[in-house]
Amino acid sequence: MAQQPVATLEIIRQFGPHLAFADGARLSCGVQPDRVVQTHCCFCGQQCGIQLKVKDNQVVGFEPWEQFPLNRGMLCPKGVKRYLQGSHPDRLTSAIVRDTAAPGGFRPAPYLAAIQQTAAAIQRIQSEHGAGAMAVLSGASLTNEKAYLMGKFARVCLRTPHIDYNGRLCMVSAAAGNKKAFGIDRAANPWADILGAEVVWISGANIAECAPITTSYVWQARENGAKIVVVDPRMTPLARTCDLFLPIKPGRDAVLFNGILHLMIENHWLDRSFIEQYTVGFDAVADSVRQWTPARTAEMTGIAERSIRQAAEWWGTAKTSFLLHARGIEHHSHGVQNVLGAINVVLASGRIGREFCGYATITGQGNGQGGREHGQKCDQLPGGRDLANPDHRAHAAQIWGIAPAELPPPGVDVYELFRKIDRGEIRGLLSICFNPLVSLPDSQFVQRMLEKLDFYVAIDFFLNETARFADIVLPGSLQEEDEGTVTQIEGRVIKINQAIDPPGDARQDWRIIQDIAQALGRSHGFTFNHPREIFDELRRASRGGIADYSGITYKKIDKQYGVFWPCPSDDHRGTPRLFEAGSWNPVAQGAGPFYFTDGKARFNVADVHPPAEDVDADYPLMLTTGRVVSQFLSGTQTRRIGPLVEQYPEPRVELHPQLAASLDIADGDWINVESRRGGSTLRAQVVRTIRPDTVFIPYHWPGLKSANRLTIAAQDPISKIPEYKVCAVRLQKAEGPPPYAAELKPQQ
Amino acid sequence: MIINSPPKFFFLDPNRCIGCQACVQACTECDTHKGHSMIHLEYVDRGASTQTTPVICMHCDSPTCAEVCPADAIKRTEDGVVQSARKPRCIACSNCVLACPFGVPKMHSGIELMMKCDMCYDRTSIGKSPMCAAVCPSQALFYSTAEEIARLRPRSTPINRFQFGGQTVHTKVLMMTPCDAAPDRLDITSALNEGRSRVAVEQTAPDVLLDNLYSVAPQ
Repeated sequence: MAQQPVATLEIIRQFGPHLAFADGARLSCGVQPDRVVQTHCCFCGQQCGIQLKVKDNQVVGFEPWEQFPLNRGMLCPKGVKRYLQGSHPDRLTSAIVRDTAAPGGFRPAPYLAAIQQTAAAIQRIQSEHGAGAMAVLSGASLTNEKAYLMGKFARVCLRTPHIDYNGRLCMVSAAAGNKKAFGIDRAANPWADILGAEVVWISGANIAECAPITTSYVWQARENGAKIVVVDPRMTPLARTCDLFLPIKPGRDAVLFNGILHLMIENHWLDRSFIEQYTVGFDAVADSVRQWTPARTAEMTGIAERSIRQAAEWWGTAKTSFLLHARGIEHHSHGVQNVLGAINVVLASGRIGREFCGYATITGQGNGQGGREHGQKCDQLPGGRDLANPDHRAHAAQIWGIAPAELPPPGVDVYELFRKIDRGEIRGLLSICFNPLVSLPDSQFVQRMLEKLDFYVAIDFFLNETARFADIVLPGSLQEEDEGTVTQIEGRVIKINQAIDPPGDARQDWRIIQDIAQALGRSHGFTFNHPREIFDELRRASRGGIADYSGITYKKIDKQYGVFWPCPSDDHRGTPRLFEAGSWNPVAQGAGPFYFTDGKARFNVADVHPPAEDVDADYPLMLTTGRVVSQFLSGTQTRRIGPLVEQYPEPRVELHPQLAASLDIADGDWINVESRRGGSTLRAQVVRTIRPDTVFIPYHWPGLKSANRLTIAAQDPISKIPEYKVCAVRLQKAEGPPPYAAELKPQQ
Repeated sequence: MIINSPPKFFFLDPNRCIGCQACVQACTECDTHKGHSMIHLEYVDRGASTQTTPVICMHCDSPTCAEVCPADAIKRTEDGVVQSARKPRCIACSNCVLACPFGVPKMHSGIELMMKCDMCYDRTSIGKSPMCAAVCPSQALFYSTAEEIARLRPRSTPINRFQFGGQTVHTKVLMMTPCDAAPDRLDITSALNEGRSRVAVEQTAPDVLLDNLYSVAPQ
């Protein structure tokens, strides 16, 4: 039983989160670094270039890297302060194993003994319950090399179909929609194409807080004459100065896109020539949007009809345009339909595959793009190949030196993995770079499932909230302690360079995985000596696939400030812009620019469905969740960095003054928020920048402050992404602070 | 030292500010005052708007802070950068804090010293960008040449003359204002003096704007 060994507060006292501020060499003025390492930020999918100052094997600060083309030195506060996680007092520098008699419930253990103990537990579970009783949860912040290795480890070493990753909570709706429409899953354009667009349409993307440096592109486009259209239930910092703001009801994005396409058809704002030459399926989609008149669209979306007409006219009549979306339309039980609706208006305009004409989803996690291309997703093999496709299986099996039949079948998504724990089908778990107790919806269910496990081993550099339930925690590495590649928001493969060595017994994650394989006696294929060797195998495994990295080398990345995939040969420079007329791809073989055998893009009917849980008399308000700029994902790293915590110390519930007045709530009051799954008591933040029928809570905090106590585990039927962006809740003014307010510090 | 390169200016554009505080965090990393931020972020009215603006020293030609300093502790360099108070002279009287029309100087009571933005003098004096402008993800803080700002921001006008009652202040830092809005609000007499036809445009009150946008009632 993988229950917490001691009470939560005792674990926190020992392992944090504690706040780290600059001290020692990091606070000294005029300190001369031993060297400066050009690398990238460890947080979101923009992967800004940054130069880390290193002194005495410690990162002591940063210098803007103004030559790196995407961000040209720009950083958000997380990037500025990321260096404070090195030498952090909470850092795990040895393996720890569960011991209820030890302070914090864990005692240090020799690294090799912990590896042996891990291997013995895996062997016991697999011999008693079968190979599939062991599951792997992996992460989208891992380098491509590590992501590749995790997929290979699960399928070749553990022989389990049960691996999935936390990108499941991020971009999979966009990925699924992109594959259905374009046959390939990647942002279609480099960000430079935003600058010359006449209209920039942003749906469900709080760019200012989730992808801050992208605001510079949007506002430069505006200076160049672009109209900016923002669709969001909240007036985000970027929406404040947009040209048209559409305050949509959460969960109605497909309706809006269908309504826009309706007006485009009605007013002949279509590129008929593009539609005929480069697409199929338009007529069925045109039929489907006939019902979405402006009046009906306005009624369903809660947006004024005149605004919908204005947006359609700007979009429909533009010569160039760029559409961006993010989790706001994707985190839904029908997120793929929302994405398909967005793509339909792009295809109908014919504005893709040309300079300043583009479409992209905004990657949330550090390697959200590459992390889902190389085999840690439950149904995929390296190179974006399909695990269910016999030819694709044969290719991967040949690279890995096994028979295709030995490869397990496709597995299930991460939430279904937890349901399999509930049914006793999965008994053991290995996790890396994933904190599902904070990041999955209905977190109290997740906790019960962790407690059901026979064995749980976590690899991490801080003891995150989920790892507190582990039997063994193996000390992994920070991003700056390893080398490898990641694929950022534009599809550009870039290089993470090692700045310092891991401290104590901490190891680079790929070494830990190989040590487990060796202890299991299954080390064949897991004897790499350097990330470059893993990357070389990844290149071969991806050759001929859609996500073809075979022509990318570390040297080429350094020379070109990154290489856009696909890059199918050594003399290929990479592909910054997809779908250009006349472009070649391995699926169409010259028949057209899109990745289907006929080379044509697909229109797909964007079905409209209500959210899985709509409001009613008992739960009359919509809850939507998201980020704040100073925190990242489940907060494992950022809730330990003092200046970032001070910037936004704890979650607050945003609500409109009209709603606040009706419930007698003032700014700063404690309020109870309840859904059918659970409740939380948090402070109110009364703002006019949110719809009166909607409340917002940021999701970075755990336990009693967690937004995911409230959210619903409804999932998209295609992408399996959870519906974080809407569920029904009710509010009530609390009588006073909750008991935890006296015990838990802001970051905990 | 950069030789023969065109002079660079510091531009501040509140219209672009996203309130992320990257500038505040980066300022604490500047070598001359490590650990202290000389910049702060103002929320105009968080309840009503996400409008924020970074507050930096505007580096006045005739700095009021220096003029009111009884100890002559605040110096302006030959190239127009107004420095923090000099430690041996500062008497922590806070005259500068009270007098600055932009609300910039801060008295650090623990060390009895007024500290303020010095435009990262250790960096700008050798041609580098100030730390805050280098990192600003929305380029609300921007450090470059007049030619580049004219090319990149055709919809904005840099202003460096401000009117505070009877006091006219010229600054080294330039405030970006929308060409089609109301730069005259910063200096009401400029339009008269320069024969420009623009008149101040009263913006729609934020609460009216938002009431129109959020026309639905709670369910």
